[in-house]
Amino acid sequence: MSAYKNSVCFNEARRVAIFGGTHGNEMSGVTLVNLWVKNSAEIQRKGVETKPFIANPKAVEKCTRYVDTDLNRAFSPENLSAPGGDDLPYEVQRAQEINRIFGPKGSPEAYDVIFDLHNTTSNMGCTLILESSKDHFNLQMMNYIKKAITPASCLVLLNEHPLLKYSTSRSVAKHPVGLEVGPQPQGVLRSNIFEAMRVILKHALDFIELFNEGPVCNTLETLLAEMEYKFIGMEFPPCTVEVFWVSERIDYPRDANGNIIAMVHPNLQDCDWEPLNPGDPMFQTFDGKTIHYQGSGTVYPTFINEAAYYEKQQAFVTTRRETLVASAIRKA
Amino acid sequence: MIQCSTVQCSGQEVVERRQMEVDKVVCLPRLSRVAVCGGTHGNELSGVYLVRELLKEEKKAMEEEEEEEKPVSVVLVLSNPWAIQQCRRYVKTDLNRCFTHASLNGPLSDSAPYELIRSKELNTLLGPKGSPEAVDLVCDLHNTTANMGLCLIAYSDCDWICLHTFKHFQRQMPDIPMRYIHFDVPKEESYSLDSVGKHGFAMEIGPQPHGVVRSNIYTAMKFGVQHMLDWVRFFNSGTIIEGGFVDVFTMVKHIDYPRDSETHNIIAAIHPQLQDRDFCLLHPEDPLFQTFSGETLRYKGKEPLYPFFINECAYYEKGIALSLARKRRVMIPAIRVQTEQEQQASEQGFGSEEEE
Repeated sequence: MSAYKNSVCFNEARRVAIFGGTHGNEMSGVTLVNLWVKNSAEIQRKGVETKPFIANPKAVEKCTRYVDTDLNRAFSPENLSAPGGDDLPYEVQRAQEINRIFGPKGSPEAYDVIFDLHNTTSNMGCTLILESSKDHFNLQMMNYIKKAITPASCLVLLNEHPLLKYSTSRSVAKHPVGLEVGPQPQGVLRSNIFEAMRVILKHALDFIELFNEGPVCNTLETLLAEMEYKFIGMEFPPCTVEVFWVSERIDYPRDANGNIIAMVHPNLQDCDWEPLNPGDPMFQTFDGKTIHYQGSGTVYPTFINEAAYYEKQQAFVTTRRETLVASAIRKA
Repeated sequence: MIQCSTVQCSGQEVVERRQMEVDKVVCLPRLSRVAVCGGTHGNELSGVYLVRELLKEEKKAMEEEEEEEKPVSVVLVLSNPWAIQQCRRYVKTDLNRCFTHASLNGPLSDSAPYELIRSKELNTLLGPKGSPEAVDLVCDLHNTTANMGLCLIAYSDCDWICLHTFKHFQRQMPDIPMRYIHFDVPKEESYSLDSVGKHGFAMEIGPQPHGVVRSNIYTAMKFGVQHMLDWVRFFNSGTIIEGGFVDVFTMVKHIDYPRDSETHNIIAAIHPQLQDRDFCLLHPEDPLFQTFSGETLRYKGKEPLYPFFINECAYYEKGIALSLARKRRVMIPAIRVQTEQEQQASEQGFGSEEEE
């Protein structure tokens, strides 16, 4: 029996995967997964099978984002059902294999949760990426993580935009969770970034264990008390979660031949999540002129100057701040 | 001839005294041709975008027919176009290691890597290396993921052109942290693009991730190139440029990451207390690495040294986590450009440098 109206029931989260190396040059996830493949003690939780997995081994081997095509855009229905076997681009073959192991996407057999570990050259700090505003399980998890790491911060990016949304490797699972930590150059391992990602995952797995089993050890009970976290009768009460909702992709100014003619303005560089108002400097041309933001209202930019997005025609995305309400959840 | 002697002083700094007197002026040949090269590594984007921009300006200047009396000829080069197009450091092999005499003069097989073919093309364009036809000065533009500010990297600690250029940078750009790095490699073994010119250096600016252009880094590079060309024109004008001193960081050794003996994968990251602290003196027992299980590995050298290229992305595959340098103060003489008579006399074989 629930103490709350509109409480949502979910099955126990029994099968969880942690993907590193969806992009082969994003080193924190590659390193963590390799560590856990060797010794998984740190990621074990009572009642959960947690599988660490290198998503794109060929790209990891070459320390490149991808070999033929971006794996994190490859999980479309067309790709997943495409015939052609060995003739298909490597990442499409790989997507089909991942879908066999962890899916099928959209079916009851799919994994419960997939955490997909990423790094960015943008100054985004720790960011959790949500694909659906209606995934109450994920919303509750993200609320738990944010409270657990206070005063450190972890923001939530929601990409539900019909045009800008894309078919991620984690989308195979019932509850896909993206974890993006930056700034870190591609191909580089920074220990502070690595440790931050590790801590977030620890809390995420604690949440799953809590959801399935309740507080199973003293340290978790103590942590909950310190967090003043209410957890009554195996139920998570309703909560609100502030999210940054993706609105628009902004490309670099280009000339008639498609060449970039300006850079992110020094006033905007590294200012992820800070308000960008109409009239604020946005780009600086190579000969020093300022181009201003011409939107109609204040937005919150992120993914500012991400290396991998130059070829995807994206200098940054704009978001709007929204507060989502997560229903109470409990195990079925 | 300039002769050098080294006097050991207390502490870490060694002050070098030249046997010539400090107020003698060294006369050097005019710098008529300067090369500015970007994209030697195709994903180091400040140089790529800057050379493209300079090419646009050059085109515009030619259309407007601006003329200077006896101008400096500036050759603008995108060194590795195929790597630039793919936004990669290199296609087959690191171009900036393909400029040894052996590589440049050796035979070209059918299966030669792209960069070896390209280095010979660049040697034809800017060299030949070691010959009188080579350009006078090569400025090769680079970026690093390390927090190094602006560094001028050269093979020599007594190339007065390079050292004076650096001194000029320091005066003109006082807000940018900058250092002169000396790789003590004999001329015969020099391997990088900047060794093709009679004088040359790499202008290395960081931190910037590869594949990204940061406006502050681009702007620093743009000003650096501008100040370099201004200095060259100033030198060519005949003014005596007064001497002084420069703190030179001479590379001593590299340190690799600790690695797993079987897989060769790294098993530790640069320690958080060392990360981003390029050119902060590293003492024996200071933290170097942090293993993934949280253990601190410490610097076991006996001598305090200056770390740089800390956590440069491209050096993982070269087995370098950081490099270490000794710092010393180098006195540089006053210089001026040779007059036409002096230049002719020296070309007739009386030696290329004269003291007056």
